[in-house]
Amino acid sequence: MSETGTIETVGLTEEAVRRIVREELERAQTRDPATRKATIIASKGTLDFAYPPLILATTAAATGMETHVFFTFYGLNIVHRDFESKLKVSPVGNPAMPTPVPMPNLVTVIPGMGPLATVMMKSKFDRKHVATIAELLATARELGVRLVACQMTMEVFGYEPDDLIEGVELGGAAAFLSEARRAHLTLFI
Amino acid sequence: MPITEDKVLDARGLLCPMPVVKAGKEIATLEPGQVLKILATDRGSVADVPAWAEDTGNELLEWHEEDGVFVYYVRRGEEE
Repeated sequence: MSETGTIETVGLTEEAVRRIVREELERAQTRDPATRKATIIASKGTLDFAYPPLILATTAAATGMETHVFFTFYGLNIVHRDFESKLKVSPVGNPAMPTPVPMPNLVTVIPGMGPLATVMMKSKFDRKHVATIAELLATARELGVRLVACQMTMEVFGYEPDDLIEGVELGGAAAFLSEARRAHLTLFI
Repeated sequence: MPITEDKVLDARGLLCPMPVVKAGKEIATLEPGQVLKILATDRGSVADVPAWAEDTGNELLEWHEEDGVFVYYVRRGEEE
């Protein structure tokens, strides 16, 4: 360090230097485009797991973030044309799921219990005025959320682009990572 | 002096994320400096609305609870 460059010689106190550094960091933070970008992977295809990626994506977009959701594996169910019938919940092996009457988990494998659980969850959500998956998808598209379907899983499941709701792009791991590396916020759901 | 709003968003009965999503849409229709009044019954909005306002560069002027309804006044910030 040169003699003329020390904080003593330019008349700055340590406190002043700390304040300047803090302000500069805050400024850099607000300028950093990565703070305004969110990338989310939706990998699960049940009704309960369809909610978190869509709720977070619509909220991120509403706070002005450029938002991408990458639908892979069973997560493709969420953007399938038949998402209404494909997204279900199952009480089987799910001891966390509330049941109207206490029942052993073994009972949950009886035919009809799965559809019953799905209907019950939907009607409960409806009663509480939780947005439907259809509403969240419409909101996401309206807010400009980029919905990207995993091409590889599409091939595996035998899905064609026409099998998906409108406005869904196709992409792969490299495309997702290219967005995710520019975003501070990346979630795997 | 009471705050006067330029627009009211009735988000009563809605749950997360809709109050904030709708607030984002509504405030975009206002000019910087104008005030959006938000009515919500979602208890989560107490945490969500202030966080949303801060992250979007808008200013939460005041909020209170009135007979189970949360009332927020948010002033639209300047364009960045």
